[in-house]
Amino acid sequence: MDTALKKRIGKAVTWVMTFLLMLIICLPGLWVVLTGFRPNREVLAKPAIWIPEELTLNNFAQIFGFGAEQVAIPVPAYFTNSLIIALTSTVIAILIGMSGGYAFARFRFRFKDGIFLGLMLSRTVPGIALSLPVFMIWSRLGLIDTKPGLIIVYVALNIPFTIWLIDGFFRQIPKEMSEAAQVDGCTRWQAFWKIEFPLARSGIASAAIFAFLTSWNEYALASQLTRSTDSKTLPVGLMDFTAQFTIDWAGMSAMAVIIIVPALILTFIVQKHLISGLTFGGVKG
Amino acid sequence: MAEIKLQNVVKKYGPLEVVHGIGLDIEHNEFVVLVGPSGCGKSTTLRMIAGLEEISDGTISIGPQVVNDLPPRKRNISMVFQNYALYPHMSVRENLGFGLKIAKQPEAVVAERVREAAEILGLEELLERTPAELSGGQRQRVAMGRAIVRHPEAFLFDEPLSNLDAKLRVQMRTEIKKLHQRVKTTVVYVTHDQVEAMTLADRIVVMKDGWIEQVGTPMEVFNHPLNTFVASFIGSPPMNLIDAEIADNRIVLSDGTQLPIPERLEQHVRDGQKVVFGLRPDDLTPQGHGIAESGHRATVELTVELAELLGTETILYTRINGSEVLGKMFDPRDVSPGERMTFNISLDKVHLFDAETQKSVRLG
Repeated sequence: MDTALKKRIGKAVTWVMTFLLMLIICLPGLWVVLTGFRPNREVLAKPAIWIPEELTLNNFAQIFGFGAEQVAIPVPAYFTNSLIIALTSTVIAILIGMSGGYAFARFRFRFKDGIFLGLMLSRTVPGIALSLPVFMIWSRLGLIDTKPGLIIVYVALNIPFTIWLIDGFFRQIPKEMSEAAQVDGCTRWQAFWKIEFPLARSGIASAAIFAFLTSWNEYALASQLTRSTDSKTLPVGLMDFTAQFTIDWAGMSAMAVIIIVPALILTFIVQKHLISGLTFGGVKG
Repeated sequence: MAEIKLQNVVKKYGPLEVVHGIGLDIEHNEFVVLVGPSGCGKSTTLRMIAGLEEISDGTISIGPQVVNDLPPRKRNISMVFQNYALYPHMSVRENLGFGLKIAKQPEAVVAERVREAAEILGLEELLERTPAELSGGQRQRVAMGRAIVRHPEAFLFDEPLSNLDAKLRVQMRTEIKKLHQRVKTTVVYVTHDQVEAMTLADRIVVMKDGWIEQVGTPMEVFNHPLNTFVASFIGSPPMNLIDAEIADNRIVLSDGTQLPIPERLEQHVRDGQKVVFGLRPDDLTPQGHGIAESGHRATVELTVELAELLGTETILYTRINGSEVLGKMFDPRDVSPGERMTFNISLDKVHLFDAETQKSVRLG
């Protein structure tokens, strides 16, 4: 066999393998999306109907309360809660992450390494392990089933990560940049906003996406700390589709699509930042 | 334009003192070079003048004003950094104009000053590029341009040429010299390269371990080093330093060679004193191959171990009592290793240092 042919076969094999792998990864997602657009009876049919025969928007219409049939699930309220909680906690986590990351990258202070290690170690505790203590404290403080209650939890969850990531990006920027700006007439504050912040922007954007997705998708803690439309988020709302004897798979899948889409859009918008950001931050010494 | 005064300036990092109370007067429009090996405190000193490091004790003044507690932006200085520190997200034009913009100068003034600086440094064609699109030499020029647009009281240079290749370094060195002649301003320049120091400076400040070893014009520092450190640091190849003793009004080298004491040094030494005998390679030349063969001379027989041809001259490696001694052969001929040659020593150029203090015997 000549080498050109070998190369082509090798390439073909690589592509087939990649396709199979992607299929395994994407199939559940694809199935959820498809189910969201199929009528419930087709979803539950026995024997299973593998290739959809009928596609419909009914499930979405029901969720949002249009059309004849209605589902008694307040999706718009959940959506609003999710948006408010995820955005607020992201903004706070990023602001604190920026200050903290900058401090770790630029300043010398007592117990710096210890504090940094402590922050990282806090990430090793599984979130669910904290649910009981958090629940007890929150119930005393009256924070159960409130948006601020959940926001505080998500901020705490995200801060170690945002600090770590943003610290890496500020470290990449030589401190002479800020010094040059200060000699050029800037205050330290101006030097930060005019020079260092724009240079670290992609890193901060990456951190923001991760923080947002964490809060947006989080289920375990939210399911413990929320009760009603006051604070229930979309992932928790999914469980509303399970009744004592039935599960509305089609409706549940439609709602899953609603959860996935904003995250997907956001990821695509900042994808370029995300990738360049991760490699840029990754090579730090 | 202003003079810069350092009085008893100390820098400590915690318990570690890195600059030990140095004093220095830099005159109006003077080009002063701080030179020394790494870790000698020269960069720290420059950064204290810039206000990027706090000073632990003493005072620094620029012009009439004590600047100890002023932030960098209020000192009216500009600085060129070793890694240029150009703002990567701005074009060359924005980089140059940044300081003026921060100072809220009218746009017409900014444009005019940027144009002027670009013209001086030959950057007109590059104004719309970003730093990433520039070569090393061009970046260096932009960094200098950013310093001159603001018409500061003083320029501070922190090893500005050390990131350039050898050829470009020589070229930029000349440009810095020209720039100083054109834009008359006080300059403080830090380098570890003694050639840069010699060629650029009005005055050289030689530093070591946080102390100033000597301050003087390049000529003074080269011809009259105050101690063995300065003697061996300034000049390339370095000065030969050979252990010796004064006996019977003669200098006795460690291998027993006897040399007369030059007249100008006679009164500074005493019988039995242990000394270090200093002689530059330029002043140890094979007979018939020196620069000037006149003046007081002594001769010594030495075996050449190695000859390095440099073109107009050859460096000869010999040995006196085990320690390496370098000589220079001008107008060179082929020399084979192991050859014994008679060398002239220019007695007028001999240096003597006290063996104990390592200081020039002329200091008493």
